[in-house]
Amino acid sequence: MTTATIAGKEVTIDDEGFMTEYDEWTEALGQALAIQIGIDMTDAHWKAVRFLREDFAEQGVTPTLRRVSTIGGIPTKELFALFPKKPAKKMAYISGLPKPVGCV
Amino acid sequence: MKRLLILGAGTAGTMAANKLRPILKQTEWDITIVDQATEHHYQPGYLFIPFGTYTAADVVKKTESFLPSGVDFITSGIDRVDPDAQVVHLSNGEIQAYDYLIIATGTHPRPDQTPGLDGPEYGQSIHDFYTLEGATRLHEALAGFTGGRIAVNIVEMPIKCPVAPLEFTFLADAYFEKRGIRDKVDMVYVTPLPAAFTKPVAAKSLGGMLDERDIELESDFMLERVDAENHRLVSYDEREIPYDLLVTVPLNMGADYVALSGLGDELNHVPVDKHTFLSKKYDTIFALGDAAALPTSKAGSVAHFAVDVFTDNFVEYINGRPMERSFDGHANCFIESGHGKAMLIDFNYDTQPLSGEYPIPVIGPFGLLKESRRNHWGKLVFKWTYWHMLLPGRRLPVPTAMSMAGKHREDS
Repeated sequence: MTTATIAGKEVTIDDEGFMTEYDEWTEALGQALAIQIGIDMTDAHWKAVRFLREDFAEQGVTPTLRRVSTIGGIPTKELFALFPKKPAKKMAYISGLPKPVGCV
Repeated sequence: MKRLLILGAGTAGTMAANKLRPILKQTEWDITIVDQATEHHYQPGYLFIPFGTYTAADVVKKTESFLPSGVDFITSGIDRVDPDAQVVHLSNGEIQAYDYLIIATGTHPRPDQTPGLDGPEYGQSIHDFYTLEGATRLHEALAGFTGGRIAVNIVEMPIKCPVAPLEFTFLADAYFEKRGIRDKVDMVYVTPLPAAFTKPVAAKSLGGMLDERDIELESDFMLERVDAENHRLVSYDEREIPYDLLVTVPLNMGADYVALSGLGDELNHVPVDKHTFLSKKYDTIFALGDAAALPTSKAGSVAHFAVDVFTDNFVEYINGRPMERSFDGHANCFIESGHGKAMLIDFNYDTQPLSGEYPIPVIGPFGLLKESRRNHWGKLVFKWTYWHMLLPGRRLPVPTAMSMAGKHREDS
């Protein structure tokens, strides 16, 4: 764990740059994190990010793509369009949540 | 009289019945177990059927012969659980009341959940080995295969026995080599994971084993649909993988009644406390084995270690005392690598599979993340162990909690 200054705020991140403290995140930080990975945030992006934040608060784990699609109501195809190539990882990064764990 | 109702007479349900019957007084506790099937399948054995090593006779026995006397067995499907009324509606029309309920109906392959997968090509150019029928048909398909491209695809995680697709791939490589046609067969391993396996140390050695065998790895592949007519896997990011023979590991889902009863997550697995298996919603319901949504492998070994912990805790719980034992997510799996060899992995919620040695009195030690003949024999002997020791609930000479003994810490 190390710290980084993002959007003028000091936050705790892991080796891959994922924020590790749920409460350190703000929407302004989310915006800055999105810019870092080349995502231009729109309402549709925020809908996904807000679902991730809420679901994590309830479940304690970063939701899978299937969960975002079935519970969050955003089709997987759309998630790939919004967050190209690696939507699960990119959404978690912007949402300030741990990288989704692949199940063992 | 109190009633314990167990749904599912698979590995977890049968073990729970066998362990609890001697502990819960017959004069105080009725134990009833419900399953739609009258046959119990040794699911780890499915892997060997496509290669002709096992046949149906090796993996099928009567369910009833593994249940202890003093446990009622009802053969029926399950329609719905009414958790507030503490009753279960069975498909045969009966309504069964319970004081405590154990959901142990597992998880099952659902090819119908992927567009294009479950069509006329299923059983022709598309096969699975997670059902007895599928594995048997795949045996015929492999026997008739004279060359071309084979894709092994995991649709989505989690799946039961997550190492089985790799094992199948290694065994297929050895099988074609033995038939002298390996040079006519292209193999590609297509996975939604970023590597051959999830955890870094195991992913590295298993990925290396694919390389050595000249098996292509297509990672981060999220399957959107199968173009069955043109023999192509199509991903959400619009990659296409052509195949002549597709070996699919379909999406795994828990039983439909779990969803209908409001007890499941998005895959009909039951959210439970990961250390005690108590439902997060109802204090009279537990879920054991593959049916539970746990952040560890869906595997028989997990069910075995879990039931050990559960049994002791359940006795405390019904007597109003705190559940003191805590499940650590322990899993222990042999990985067949072909040519009469296998590897072993041993891990839990906190410790990824590491290399080293796994100590077992007399027959061990087994090499961890290392191919050996002894591991392969260990895997074959396990069939006997399963039928004669594990299901009847006898003690095995392995610790329930994962141990660091023999493991190389410097890996992690």
